[in-house]
Amino acid sequence: MLRFLAHRLTLAIPTLVLASMIIFALQQLLPGDVATALTGEERDPEVIAFIRQKYHLDQPLPVRYAYWAAGVLQGDLGVSVRLQKPVAELVLEKLPVTLELACLAMLVALAIGVPMGILSAVKRGTWMDAAANGIALWGLSIPNFWLGILLILLFSVHLGWLPASGYVPPGESLVDNLRAMAMPAFVLGNAIAAVMMRHTRAAMLGVLGSDYVRTARAKGVSPLRLVLRHALPNAAIPIITLGALEFGQLLSGAVLTEQVFSVPGFGKLMVDAVFNRDFATVQGVVICTAATYIALNLAADVLSAVVNPKLRRA
Amino acid sequence: MSTGTPVTGAAGIAAPARIREPGSLAAFWRRLCARPGAVIGLAIVVAVVGMAALADVIAPYDPTATDWGAVRAAPSLAHPFGGDEVGRDVLSRIIYGARASLGAGLVSVGLAVALGLPIGLVAGYAGGWVDGAIMRLTDALLAIPFLILAIALAAFLGPSLTNAMLAIGLSATSIFVRLTRAQVRAVAAEEFVEAARAVGNPPWRIALVHILPNIVPAILVQATLTIAAAIIAEASLSFLGLGQQPPEPSWGAMLNVAKNFMEQAPWMAIWPGVSIFLAVLAFNLLGDGLRDALDPRQRT
Amino acid sequence: MTGSVGPPLLDVRDLRVAFDTEGGVVHAVNGISYTLHEGETLGVVGESGSGKSVHVLAMLGLIPRPPGRIVGGQVLFRGRDLLALPERHLRRVRGAEIGFVFQDPMSSLNPGMTVAAQIIEPLRIHLGLDRRAARARARDLLDLVRIPDAAARLDQYPHEFSGGQRQRVMIAIGLACRPKLLIADEATTALDVTVQAEIIALVQELKRELGMAIIWITHDLGVVAGLSDTVQVMYAGRILERGPVDDIFRDPRNAYTLGLLRSLPDLSRGRAGRRRLQQIDGSPPDMHHPPPGDPFAPRNTYATPRCRTEMPPLIQAPGAAPGHLVAAWYDLPARLAEERAP
Repeated sequence: MLRFLAHRLTLAIPTLVLASMIIFALQQLLPGDVATALTGEERDPEVIAFIRQKYHLDQPLPVRYAYWAAGVLQGDLGVSVRLQKPVAELVLEKLPVTLELACLAMLVALAIGVPMGILSAVKRGTWMDAAANGIALWGLSIPNFWLGILLILLFSVHLGWLPASGYVPPGESLVDNLRAMAMPAFVLGNAIAAVMMRHTRAAMLGVLGSDYVRTARAKGVSPLRLVLRHALPNAAIPIITLGALEFGQLLSGAVLTEQVFSVPGFGKLMVDAVFNRDFATVQGVVICTAATYIALNLAADVLSAVVNPKLRRA
Repeated sequence: MSTGTPVTGAAGIAAPARIREPGSLAAFWRRLCARPGAVIGLAIVVAVVGMAALADVIAPYDPTATDWGAVRAAPSLAHPFGGDEVGRDVLSRIIYGARASLGAGLVSVGLAVALGLPIGLVAGYAGGWVDGAIMRLTDALLAIPFLILAIALAAFLGPSLTNAMLAIGLSATSIFVRLTRAQVRAVAAEEFVEAARAVGNPPWRIALVHILPNIVPAILVQATLTIAAAIIAEASLSFLGLGQQPPEPSWGAMLNVAKNFMEQAPWMAIWPGVSIFLAVLAFNLLGDGLRDALDPRQRT
Repeated sequence: MTGSVGPPLLDVRDLRVAFDTEGGVVHAVNGISYTLHEGETLGVVGESGSGKSVHVLAMLGLIPRPPGRIVGGQVLFRGRDLLALPERHLRRVRGAEIGFVFQDPMSSLNPGMTVAAQIIEPLRIHLGLDRRAARARARDLLDLVRIPDAAARLDQYPHEFSGGQRQRVMIAIGLACRPKLLIADEATTALDVTVQAEIIALVQELKRELGMAIIWITHDLGVVAGLSDTVQVMYAGRILERGPVDDIFRDPRNAYTLGLLRSLPDLSRGRAGRRRLQQIDGSPPDMHHPPPGDPFAPRNTYATPRCRTEMPPLIQAPGAAPGHLVAAWYDLPARLAEERAP
């Protein structure tokens, strides 16, 4: 187990380092003088000079990267020129909101996708299978910002049941928090539910056709126990690993969902930063997203090792 | 894939899908036409392509022409889909908007394939440290979620439709590198490639003549599904204001404006959304159909 | 045949099974009938596609439906027609009165469950044992199938066992509820030859100890020789010959059985008596379109014109031991005698 974990870590760390290099290199794409571009609409020569010095812009790119990476490792993601705050502070402030949204959305996705996938695999070839596949295709094809707009139109504008936008911290009022998060979480979870349904269906079909499921049937095991005790635990490994890959999509989708529902999270921070030409914040958000994504995949690997006895003992 | 991550599509194709037997193109077409989903998808794709190509002919109005009498006008005979916030005809903007969506889908995926295919071929065929380096690089790119990477790229490149296409294309490249590499390795292990090597074919010839044709089906399927994702991605970027710039029409940008007029003019939000949904659905249906028709063994 | 008095344990009547595939209907089992008595060991021999495995799976509702389909027939087990039983009742027969041992012990055990959990399952379902009693019984079963240090191995996972040991675990599961009938489907095929011999020896011992009836399905006539009371040769979903094991080996009446026997190495003869191994020419019929007559006729050098048009009935072979049945229009001993005579 420890060896397995160590192996995964040795893969994850260079990935993160490379990703950070790519993200850092993005600023090379800025047209014109980097210092001027980085300061955004700010034209104060003092600020430009500060930026030039802060980012060691007179040095060659690799050296600049080394300074930047050293800063990132110490938790220094730079300073938002626009908001006059350290980027790390901004990120930490917004991250919990997005993580709450992402976790709620994942719950929605699992609650819809996994049972639907199981049902469609068990009832393969029936109208239920066809219906589940149809719903999945719908979920895959509907743009989630549009779904968000439609839901606002229905539940906020017409019915007035749920707030159209805004965010209430759970510490303040859990009920209001959940009311505000209900639509964003559903919208975000909807697309992932479709993907989870397809993964679950494929994994369950593979397992249901396996020899050991036939053995279990030959033992006289009931259909319910067959699915829950024999098939699902074995199908869980691909569902977990593939599900973790969907966290990337979840974070992507959060950007749009937060924009539609004005949720003050990570995605909103990034989009606002883009429009304010606040590039340090953009870089900070992207590197944190990549780190989160890599960490979640690592967690999924560990989780699937816990589920799979073969990996656990290796 | 409503936020446009096409990564999951790659997981659907594990083994190389191949057309080997002669005359199989006709058989493939028959199998494709036997699937109602694929036929519907193909029909919508053809319709959208026709709409984009013939926009000048079929659109009733200039998509950027404003008419103060039609500001947020409800659907009527003159404006079947209504008017927008400055009185432009929504139907005409939908028709012209197909160009941005379809263009972004095709150009960005074209770019992703043009970059990803050769890199993947090299990685899969060369192996060793070249392969290792390319794989780590794609790992790193895939660690940055698709749309976030595209947004960051678009942010640094500056907002425009061209840059959005570029950003989406670059973000999707690693998918094709991965897929090509996996396919190449699967095909290269097969006996007919061994045989080609044994009779002394040079590596470039084996790669181009013996391997490439066998991985085309898988690439085609993935490309079709990625077009769906790219259309959503373009709509997303335009919705955020990072794609097509006003006043040029784009479905995503239309939704961006529409969300401010939801109470007064809901039709402004309905039609662009329906258009994106149908176009994406069509490419998803077609991609699924192609996959099934190209390799009946994999059908579930 | 031991215990051939009294009503049979299993009475298969005109069983027919088909699969609906994209290429058309595959007629996997085409009307087979036979009986099995308590304590009897029946060896079912045939190549893949002969319907030997499909027919037992179909009996217990274990073929995937669709595409599988039972076209007709009856399977009376202790007087009840299994094919007419609802799934709910059939479940009480599976694993309780009829135990199963499958081919590949690698894939037939659940990789995510401990061996104990897998043995305990039928005990809890069918015998209603509590956890502790079932566990004690599971340990006894591992002892029974000669797995050393059983208590310590109960909580291990299948991948921690060797192939032969896994097959022993499979047998323990099959025997857990003391079934009246144990069905072993190619139970030794995936194993090394030496391990194969060990498993067969184990089954022979267990049969003596427990006295259950056994259906042993294999493509290997050699395996059957040491184990069975009765041999049944299947081809293209039909029974071509059936009878007491000694009589079949000594006096085969169907050309396909003869072909199978001739492809076996005969180690009992001295060097001088050894002969070249022969193989059966041709390939099995396309089961989408089985030939109208005797399915083996196209590969049979002794076939008569009638063989190609009409399926011969399975009847007592003239002059053979009682219960030795054959389906053939030709008289194989006479033809063999002709060959030997110049």
